[in-house]
Amino acid sequence: MQPSDMSAVDLVTAVRHGDLTALRATEAFLERIERLDSQINAFLSVDREGALRTAAAIDEKRKAGQPLGPLAGLPVAVKDALCTFDQPTTCASKMLAGFRPPYDAEVVARLRAADAVIVGKTNMDEFAMGGSNENSAFGPVHNPWDLTRAPGGSSGGSAACVAADMAPVAIGSDTGGSIRQPAGLCGITGLKPTYGRVSRRGLVAFASSLDQIGPMARSAADCALLLETIAGHDPGDATSLESPVPPYGADLDGPLEGVRIGRVPAHFGAGLCPEVAHAVEEAFAAFRAAGATIIDIDMPHADAGVATYYLVAPCEASSNLARYDGAHYGHRAEPGGHRAEPGRLHPVEPGGHRAEPGKGSGASGGGFESALVEMYCRSRAEGFGPEVKRRIMLGTYALSAGYYDAYYAKALKVRRLIRQDYLDAFEKVDLIGGPVSATAAFKLGEKSGDPLAMYLVDLYTVCTNLAGVGGISFPCGFTKGGLPIGFQLQAPALAEPLLLRATDRYQHLTDWHRRRPAIAARPR
Amino acid sequence: MTATPTAAAPFTTVIGLEVHVQLQTRTKLFCGCATTFGAAPNTQVCPTCLGLPGSLPVMNRTAFELAVRAALALGCQIAPFTKWDRKNYFYPDLPKGYQISQFDLPFSSQGALEVVDPKGALTRNVRITRVHLEEDAGKSMHDETAGTGDTRIDLNRAGTPLCEIVSEPDLRSPQEARAWLNELKLLLVYLGVSDCNMQEGSLRVDANVNLHIPCDGGRIAKTPIVEIKNMNSFRSVERALVYESARQYEEWQATKAEMGKTPKQTRGWDDPAGVTRAQRHKEESSDYRYFPEPDLVPVTVSEEWLAATREAMGDPPSVLREALAATWKIPPYDADVLVNQGRELVAYFEDLAARVGEGKVASNWMQQDVLRTLNERGGSIDDFPVRPAAVADIIGRVAKGDFDTSRAREIFAEVLASGRTVDEVVASMGIAAVDDDELITLCRELLAANPRVVADVQGGKEQAAAGLIGQAKKKNPNVNPGKVRAMCLELIRQM
Ligand SMILES: [Zn+2]
Repeated sequence: MQPSDMSAVDLVTAVRHGDLTALRATEAFLERIERLDSQINAFLSVDREGALRTAAAIDEKRKAGQPLGPLAGLPVAVKDALCTFDQPTTCASKMLAGFRPPYDAEVVARLRAADAVIVGKTNMDEFAMGGSNENSAFGPVHNPWDLTRAPGGSSGGSAACVAADMAPVAIGSDTGGSIRQPAGLCGITGLKPTYGRVSRRGLVAFASSLDQIGPMARSAADCALLLETIAGHDPGDATSLESPVPPYGADLDGPLEGVRIGRVPAHFGAGLCPEVAHAVEEAFAAFRAAGATIIDIDMPHADAGVATYYLVAPCEASSNLARYDGAHYGHRAEPGGHRAEPGRLHPVEPGGHRAEPGKGSGASGGGFESALVEMYCRSRAEGFGPEVKRRIMLGTYALSAGYYDAYYAKALKVRRLIRQDYLDAFEKVDLIGGPVSATAAFKLGEKSGDPLAMYLVDLYTVCTNLAGVGGISFPCGFTKGGLPIGFQLQAPALAEPLLLRATDRYQHLTDWHRRRPAIAARPR
Repeated sequence: MTATPTAAAPFTTVIGLEVHVQLQTRTKLFCGCATTFGAAPNTQVCPTCLGLPGSLPVMNRTAFELAVRAALALGCQIAPFTKWDRKNYFYPDLPKGYQISQFDLPFSSQGALEVVDPKGALTRNVRITRVHLEEDAGKSMHDETAGTGDTRIDLNRAGTPLCEIVSEPDLRSPQEARAWLNELKLLLVYLGVSDCNMQEGSLRVDANVNLHIPCDGGRIAKTPIVEIKNMNSFRSVERALVYESARQYEEWQATKAEMGKTPKQTRGWDDPAGVTRAQRHKEESSDYRYFPEPDLVPVTVSEEWLAATREAMGDPPSVLREALAATWKIPPYDADVLVNQGRELVAYFEDLAARVGEGKVASNWMQQDVLRTLNERGGSIDDFPVRPAAVADIIGRVAKGDFDTSRAREIFAEVLASGRTVDEVVASMGIAAVDDDELITLCRELLAANPRVVADVQGGKEQAAAGLIGQAKKKNPNVNPGKVRAMCLELIRQM
């Protein structure tokens, strides 16, 4: 069996037992990246040398009889929103082109400590803003199932590279569906953990109160393996949860008898594509056959989810992205049109005149101020793409004096109602099931001219983030045209073991998740 | 007291102060970087205070405790639940593009600090609107030699914990404002909250000031409020307020412009020129788009924790003054002088007073000898070479009559200068106790040599005996003048 056909669980087992070297495993995936990614564009950077070096070191370790980490030899692709000290971190934005952070994100550090092999950084919508991966400054990702279609977003690169077997597992981030929706459109399994379960430190922030990092893989079992390493309390992230990490992998085996799965009839309204509706209902039937009880429930405020999300997320984003101003690092427009070196401070040297303490009281007055404002405006105008600008403007507007109460404050109130909906629902059911998105993968360019249509792509996923609970997406069928259809399960806070167990059970009963796109087939 | 305009000033000056105090923590408010003053630019920085992508803040619990200590000492209500907010604005010394501060739910509010003038009866309760915590920005320096070109940024200070203390407009004169600031500084230094070093920017003051001018018919005209910035000492605060009240009065006389018709003006204090100058209005019109900081969790404060913090913080100066006056039976003026020198000096005094057993004597020695020489020498009382035991020893010998106070002062000065013990100094100066036989012999000689004095005393003029003391000291510098006088009078009576 080729390493690229093996599950992540089997891969690490094989490496641990010496049946496969980390180097061989890494080479196998690097070969596939080399062969396929020119058509898919899932990677923004591939660290060939670094990955091979790490893999060789792991093999040395094994030979020397030293203990190996739980992910030893497992190639992992990481969304380019996570900081890596040895590779560029761009968030698919011109603003951060070539930017190299001086540190690793906590999740990346944990992966390295577990002896995973980081093969590269994956493409995404710029600053994770988008649902199609078309907002990348470095070109869209093509869906491996149909190269003319979008892979979904914003973790489109992570989803596509796993779908095309260019990596056995990938790290994504999910602010309003950015793991689950592309996982659904690419036919893989993606988990958005409970808010705070995985440290956000080193994840370039989009909307801090919604962002959450999670695993993307070909199965729930592989997601469980990855989650076990990346989850857990981080004292460096004040919002990270202190609750201990259960053994997700060992918890998979378990019956579904007595598990109550909620079904929201409103999900099956006019907007839902009939093929998707059919596959989702079939999945409910499979769960019922496996012993689960399906109960219809009501989520009365779910229809306000998208509107709420498109206030909360842009408001936070408008502030989170203020740091990209050209002053300290990243793209800077110079009056002459040339740009500053990225990632460098412009330090004080002796002899500089001291300005008054505090802001805005610059000693050299108006000339400096206007040059400064011009530098800010031009740097941001050049560095950000249109969707990022749109959301910054939306958020800035909604937070402004006179609008705050009508927009941001009201959105927070609705967010509390949505959270309450979940609390009420989880009194009656253990999980909530339903579609991930209304349609299978859409054509590249199909929605890019219509931001509102694009925002509705998040219809089934945003409420999970607003409520801070967990959700998982996995394939539950295919369209007649051969495109994967996703099913979503949501669970109460910290119920990841149940999410993974239910998905794993489903994946033992079905083989949708085993199907590979034609492009992934090995050349004869 | 009431604030009524006097003949000298036909108006009342109304002043409110905003004080930013840097908390005395080892590390910054939201990261582990050091807060040491004077380090080379951009050497005390990390991803968090540089605002690098993906960095996150984590609250420094010590900073929060110090701030709560300050608020408790100011009699503030401590909120059981407090949150952080982002104040958004663009400036190169603010690398995140926002400052983490507290907007609508500050951790404390509604306190007060009295301003006391120990020389007079003046006491005024100045209400505190709120005390909140926030992070400082960095420092921009504009290199004017390079034309419009270079602005240099030092982010060492970015993220330093600041406590902002906002008073109500309860102060009524520039002098009072200065006295209040002195008291506030003393309090914060006492509690170990801040070193309040204005030169290093640990304490910054902005003042809001306007005038209430009585007009015909009993109406009070209020001049537009002006905020004064850039004052770098309490003296400049006082000077700026004096200047500004005069300027506002002049302007009012010319324009009759009153409050509310124009937006609040900001003026900068130009210390060398001794004037305030209008600054640009831009800041006032800016909208900071405050919203709750999603990267931090709200802070909850329990009653138990508050009680423990209150317990651990010690007495504020106002309580200490009263306690000192009552315990050691010293006048309020003395207690004020001692307390204003800081906690260490009070400890020195209490040690001394306990040894001497007489508070007023100890207080006099503190003020006339210890403090005076300490001020001449500089340095802290803890490093002062003459310790309370030695001073008490000298005072004890005076009480015993070994020598008089002026001789004692010489001994004190010699102990200080030489670093030797009191015994050694007394021996080296040839000071020995004069015994009674020696004294009688000496006095007899004096009376024999001064029949005129004897006659005067016998005639009822006891003060004539004073003339003998000088002569006695010439014969033996160790004699106690009081004893010489008493002995001579006794001998004359026996004649
Ligand atoms: Zn720092």
